Amino acid sequence: MIPQLYSVRQIKQETHDTFTLELDPKDGTKTPSFEAGQFNMLYVFGVGEVPISISSDPTAPKYLMHTTREVGIVTKAMRKLKRGDMIGVRGPYGTHWPIEESAGSDIVIVAGGIGLAPLKPALCHLVARRENYGRVVLLYGTRSPNDILFQKELKQWRADFDLEVYVTVDRAIGSWRGNVGVVTTLIPKAPFDPLSSVALICGPEVMMRYTVQELVRRGVNHGKIHISMERNMKCGIGFCGHCQMEASFVCKDGPVFTYGALENIFGKREV
Amino acid sequence: MEILKLAIAEHPFGKNLEPRFLKMLAGGAAHVSFKQDQHIFREGEECDFTFLINSGSVAVDIYSPTKGAITIQTLSDGEVLGWSWLVPPFRKHFDARALEVVHAISIKGQYLRDLCEQDHDFGYELLKRFIGVVANRLQKTRLQLIDIYGDN
Amino acid sequence: MATSAKAASGPALIARENLQAVLDALTAKGYQPIGPSVRDGAIVYDEINSADDLPAGWTDEMSGGTYRLKRSGGSALFGYVIGPQSWKKYLHPPVIRLWKSHRTDCTFTISKNAEESPKLAFIGVRACELAAISVLDHVFLHGKFVDPIYRARRENILIIAVNCGQAATTCFCKSMKTGPRCVKGYDLALTELAEDGRHDFLAETGTPRGADILAAIPHKHATETDRESAARAWANADAQVTRTLDTTNIKELLLGNLEHPRWDQTAGRCLTCANCTMVCPTCFCTNIEDVTDLGGKNAERWRKWDSCFTLDFSYIFGGHVRQSAMSRYRQWMTHKLASWIDQFDCSGCVGCGRCITWCPVGIDITEEARAIRETDRSQKENADGNP
Repeated sequence: MIPQLYSVRQIKQETHDTFTLELDPKDGTKTPSFEAGQFNMLYVFGVGEVPISISSDPTAPKYLMHTTREVGIVTKAMRKLKRGDMIGVRGPYGTHWPIEESAGSDIVIVAGGIGLAPLKPALCHLVARRENYGRVVLLYGTRSPNDILFQKELKQWRADFDLEVYVTVDRAIGSWRGNVGVVTTLIPKAPFDPLSSVALICGPEVMMRYTVQELVRRGVNHGKIHISMERNMKCGIGFCGHCQMEASFVCKDGPVFTYGALENIFGKREV
Repeated sequence: MEILKLAIAEHPFGKNLEPRFLKMLAGGAAHVSFKQDQHIFREGEECDFTFLINSGSVAVDIYSPTKGAITIQTLSDGEVLGWSWLVPPFRKHFDARALEVVHAISIKGQYLRDLCEQDHDFGYELLKRFIGVVANRLQKTRLQLIDIYGDN
Repeated sequence: MATSAKAASGPALIARENLQAVLDALTAKGYQPIGPSVRDGAIVYDEINSADDLPAGWTDEMSGGTYRLKRSGGSALFGYVIGPQSWKKYLHPPVIRLWKSHRTDCTFTISKNAEESPKLAFIGVRACELAAISVLDHVFLHGKFVDPIYRARRENILIIAVNCGQAATTCFCKSMKTGPRCVKGYDLALTELAEDGRHDFLAETGTPRGADILAAIPHKHATETDRESAARAWANADAQVTRTLDTTNIKELLLGNLEHPRWDQTAGRCLTCANCTMVCPTCFCTNIEDVTDLGGKNAERWRKWDSCFTLDFSYIFGGHVRQSAMSRYRQWMTHKLASWIDQFDCSGCVGCGRCITWCPVGIDITEEARAIRETDRSQKENADGNP
C-alpha cells in the first residue's frame, strides 16, 4: 500500500487535453514488468492518487508510460510536473488483455477516445509479435480530428506492420477526408473473421455497449469479446469497495473482463 | 439492364431481393460516377435520386457560413445515400460530396414512387429496406448527439 | 488466532467473583481487555480494567428504528443482547493513517506508518459477532491480496465469547446459521448463569490459548446441573430468535430481481444516512484521504470507513454511477446477501439485526428480502407484454 517513487523523464503533450507521462524508478532499478491492460495508482505529492492504465510497450519496458487526459485535480497537477520531479507509483494492478492467449486469431481492437491509451500496450505487443496473429484491425473513434491520439504510431502500425487501421470522428470541419460517424459504423465492414476473432474494446461505457452489440451481430463469441471497465478506485486491491460491480471488484477482477462474464449486468442501470 | 440487375443484387441493399423486384429497380437505375470533391447533390435541391454506393466515400455535410462544410457522417461502399425521394417535398436535406472517386447506382425517385403505388408488395419491400437505412442512421446520430468523448 | 480445537476436558465453572481474575490473567499475558460498558445510553465496547466496568443489571430492547437501554432488575453482566458497535472498530479501524510523506526540494519520501497492533482481549463476543469476524477474515486475509493492517491486528486478538441467554426481536442469527450458540472462532466461551440466586459462568475452551487463561484462574469442573443451567440459557435465547430470513437461493433471487419495483418503494423511505453500513459488523468499505499541512511540506494518507450509501462512493469522471437512493440501497443489500457469496464464499450478513435497529426509518432487511421473494419476477414470463 506504500507507493514507490519514480522520477519524471518527460511529459509529452499528445493532444490539446491529453499527455503522456514517462517515468523511471527513482532508485535506478529496472522498470517492473507488466501486462497490457493493467494500471498503476499514481500519486502526486500532496494532491492525491488516481488509477491510470499503462501505455508503454510491455515487450520492451524501457520506462513507464501513462497517457491520460487532464480532467481532475490530480491529472491537472500531473501535467504541471517537470522533468526530475517525483511521483508515487503503486502497481501494476488488475487483469490484462488476452494477447498471448490469442495467438493464431484475428484481433479486432475497438477504441473510443482516450480508450486507445489502455490498448496501446496491446497494439505494441501485437506489432512486436505480428507473425503470431491473423488479421489485426484497429477501429478507432474519437471526437474530432484534433483529438486523434498517437498519430505517429497509427501511421507506423499501418505502414510497417500490416495493421488495418480505420479512424472515424464524431464531427469534422475543413480538411478532414476520413470517416465521420460513431465508431460502431466501422464494425459491419471491418475485415476480420468473426468466428476466429478476439475483440478488445476500451472507451466510454456507452460506446462499449453499442460496440459489443455490433460485434455480437457479426457473430463474435461473447467470451471472445473483452472490455475494460472503469469504476471509482481508491485502493487498487479490492479492499476499499468503491469499484464493486456485483460479484466483481473492477480493480482486481478487472479492469479487463470478457463480455460473457458481465453480460447480465453490463448496461444495467446504476449497478 | 441485366448488368444493373446483377449490380443491385450484389449491393447489400439488394440482398435476397426477389428477381421480379430486382428487375423493377433496374428499370429506373443507372451507373453513375463522381469525381473527387464533386457535389453529388446539395441541400434544398430537387435531386430525385437515391444512390447505392459501390465504391468510394461520400461526406454528408451541412454548410455553415462561419465554419464551412460540417461533415456529419461519411458513407461508403455498400451503403445507401439519399432517402429524401420517399418523403415530400422530395428535396435534399444535406450536401453530399465525393471524398474520392465514387461509383454508384442511381435510381430515380419518381420512378420508385410510381412503382410503389402500383405494386404494394414491391412498395412494402422497398419501404422495409429504406426504414432499415433510416433507423440505422438515426441510431448512429443519437450516439453522436451525446458527445460521448466530450467533457460532459 | 482462535481455532476450533476443543480442549479434551469438559466445560469449567468460573464463579462471578473470579471474573476479575480472568481480567487480571489477560492483563498479565499482555492483553488489554475490551468489553461492554454503558456509555451515551448504549452498550459500547471499550477498555475494561475492572469487572465493575461491565454493564451489571443492564439490558436492551430493540425493534426497527428503536434501541432502549433499561434496568433488568437482575445482576447479570451480559444481560443485554447487542449494542450499536461491533468488533470491527478494533480489527478494521474507522480511521487510520497509512503513511506519512515529507517533501524536500524536488523529491519526497514516504515512510510507512509504525503500525501499532495492540494485544487486545475481546470479552463478550456474541455468536453472530464471531461469525462477523470470520467474514472479515475472508475479506481481508483469504483473497488475492492481504490487508496488512487487519492481519497484524487480527493476530493479536484473544476472543472470549459470551453465549446469548436472550435475544432481541431484531435478531435473525438462526436464519443465517451463525447463532445464537457460539460454536467456533473463540478462545474461551462463557455462558452466564445468573438464576436461582447463583451467579457463575460456564466456560468452554476453544483453543490452547483459551485453556491457558482458564488454567491461570480459579475454576472447577462444571457439574451436570451447571450444564443443564447453561443449556436452559441457550434454549431461552434460541426460542427468542423469531425473526427469519429465508436464504434459499437468495443470490439468484436478488440478482434476478434487480429491476423489482420494491427497490424504488424502499428507496422512498431510505434516507441514505449510511447508519446500516456503519453498524454492520462486516461492512468494510473505506475511502482514502490525502492531506497536507499548510506549508505543503508534509502529506499523509488516511483510510476511513466509507459507505456505499454516499453519492461520491461511485464517482467516476463524468458523473456518479449510483445516483439514486434506489441503486444505493440495492447495491448494499444485494452485496450483503448475494454477490458477497461469489466474492468471499460466505454471506455478508450474520443476522445481528443492527441495521434494523439503527435504521432511523426502520427498514428491515428481512422484510425486504421477503417482499422480493413473495413477488419474485426473475422466473416470470412476460407473455402479455406487461413488465
